[in-house]
Amino acid sequence: MVARQSTAAPLKATPGATAPSGTSSGTIGIVARLAALLAVAMVGAATVGAYPLTPLDLAGAIWRALTGAPRVSPLDVVVMEVRLPRILAAALAGAALAAAGAAYQGLFRNPLVSPDILGVSTGAGLGAVVGIFLALPIAAIQLTAFVGGLVTVGLVYAISATVRGREPTLVLVLAGVVVGSLAGAAISLLKVVADPYDQLPAITFWLLGSLASIRKGDVLVALPLVLVGLVPLILLRWRINVLSLGDEEARALGVNAGRLRIVVVAAATLITSSVVAISGVIGWVGLVMPHIARMLVGPDFRRLLPASMLLGATYLVLVDTLARSIARVETPLGILTAMIGAPFFLWLLARGQRGWD
Amino acid sequence: MRRHTWLAGLSTALVSLGLSIASLSGAGAGTRAVTDSAGRMVQVPERVSRVFAAGGPAAILLYTVAPDLMVGWPRVPREEEKPFLTPSSRALPEVGMLTGRGGSANLERVIREKPDLILDFGSVRDTFISLADATQGQTGIPYLLFDGRFPATAASLRAVATALGRPERGEALARYVEARLAEVDGAIAAVPADKRPKVYLARGPDGLESGVTGSINTEIIERAGGRNVVPATEGQKGLVRVSIEQLIVAEPDIVITWDRVFFDTVAKDPLWQQVKAVRDARVFLSPTAPFGWIDRPPSVNRIIGLVWLAKLFYPDAIAGDLRDRVREFHTLFYQQTPTDSDLDGLLAWSQGKAPPRR
Repeated sequence: MVARQSTAAPLKATPGATAPSGTSSGTIGIVARLAALLAVAMVGAATVGAYPLTPLDLAGAIWRALTGAPRVSPLDVVVMEVRLPRILAAALAGAALAAAGAAYQGLFRNPLVSPDILGVSTGAGLGAVVGIFLALPIAAIQLTAFVGGLVTVGLVYAISATVRGREPTLVLVLAGVVVGSLAGAAISLLKVVADPYDQLPAITFWLLGSLASIRKGDVLVALPLVLVGLVPLILLRWRINVLSLGDEEARALGVNAGRLRIVVVAAATLITSSVVAISGVIGWVGLVMPHIARMLVGPDFRRLLPASMLLGATYLVLVDTLARSIARVETPLGILTAMIGAPFFLWLLARGQRGWD
Repeated sequence: MRRHTWLAGLSTALVSLGLSIASLSGAGAGTRAVTDSAGRMVQVPERVSRVFAAGGPAAILLYTVAPDLMVGWPRVPREEEKPFLTPSSRALPEVGMLTGRGGSANLERVIREKPDLILDFGSVRDTFISLADATQGQTGIPYLLFDGRFPATAASLRAVATALGRPERGEALARYVEARLAEVDGAIAAVPADKRPKVYLARGPDGLESGVTGSINTEIIERAGGRNVVPATEGQKGLVRVSIEQLIVAEPDIVITWDRVFFDTVAKDPLWQQVKAVRDARVFLSPTAPFGWIDRPPSVNRIIGLVWLAKLFYPDAIAGDLRDRVREFHTLFYQQTPTDSDLDGLLAWSQGKAPPRR
């Protein structure tokens, strides 16, 4: 490991030269500032909501929860069971989607790739739609969504593994597109046969993404799964850098590209499925956030991963705060992330700042 | 697109030719003009013998007025719904729907059913008016659109029944509707707005889906003397999502739902315990057989739900036994008097004991 770390140094130096921040201390400074930004966003989000409460109420509720003092109802329940779990879920989902996006963009050497390139969101959507169609309880719908995401990407990977003699990443992406649109067709079929008065609205709302029904338990289940998925990405951060140079170069540097690809795909799929299962489909975070992170810290995955995750978390915390406060009812999250993400992405393109190579 | 114009013209001509042959070979009777709720003047055959319902609400309206004229159901009735329908209507095929979410009827299928008339019932909006005009222009089948909201229900019943050649039937149903609306209106008229119960209509398996105030899905709340806790919004109309935090703040006195998954879990759920109605054990389940009582779909089936809700909101204001009301309503509207055990099942359902799903 030590020897390999040292070989990474020249690799890092090349992209680092064009990145806005060259020195590693500057990068650490940026990451620290992003972390501070996330903390501010989360504290700010905690004071916004339908239930009126002051920062003092908020602190009191957290204090009572920490010390085990008797709860003040319903204030403590609103803070500890509704608002804080939701903010944590937004941060978790944003960080997870951005991490998966950053990993995939490195893996496929393409900045236009998002976590659902291999069909994980559509697969999870199909799983959830099946669950809603069968009138299953909420926890079972989350499970079918989670399994749907894993199975879809597993299928995509199995198909691409049987095709030989072609560029493996291209086959993987094409298989993802094909299986993804097949799952999309299955969703449409179920929408046609679903009960138009109760199941269809539930399906539609699920596919638009929302954190409105988040529970503490949801976060407690999704968090360890996301962490398990993050571990290989953190351990393999240097090799993912090498992979972004191309399979040939990776092999020359002693990295088994095929094996690494399966680990990254599995990790990113686990991360994405875990959060999509509780949040529904949320687009644009995994595509746009790694981009902005790349502009800030450069393309080195070792810095890109934490920066993307912090930005993604901050972004989704802010957008979800909007989703629950701009109207007197909930605004679907997927609509907001697209309405904010798409113009922003176009603006980035127009500015012509690359930060990729 | 222009290249297809002559094709479209040819097919329209062929269809209308086919239809005119069909009508020539038929009874040969003339037509008469009927004006629908959208103000559209439509030529309807003198004798109507087959009617295609454009969606769920229209199918129920048609079933109550003239079940013998139905060509089919938008979707086949479930097993638990069949005992409440007339034997001949239970066996009708599924023909899909033209309107509403997930419209699935094929126009060729509609034409193949050879209806004399297509009937739609619900919100009279530009979308549905243009759909009516387009479908009528394309198929040559007269298409009538009637207003399905509570204030218009009696008038729509009379107009539809007259168009179908059953004016007496329409009159009987319309009078019953008027009597029930007047009864409930009278019972709640003296209750000031701030004394009316705050009501939340929970939809979806997590119960966090609802309809905004003023939507056709929730208008029964105000009609029965309640106040919908989901406000009317600028942006979203119809169905919306709400958060549990909004419900804790809104403090509804009563929660109504027809979703059995939600109903089965809500009482044991610690978060929902923070919602006033759940804490007070004031969550009520609406039966959905043969059709929903409060919505699902919004059609004349809601008249019995209106009585049920008004009795829930104001137990003393509405006289009479619910059991008798249900039997009376089923006999008049669905033309199938429920057996005692079916009636028991329905009343137990309205008290939260739904039958197992088959």
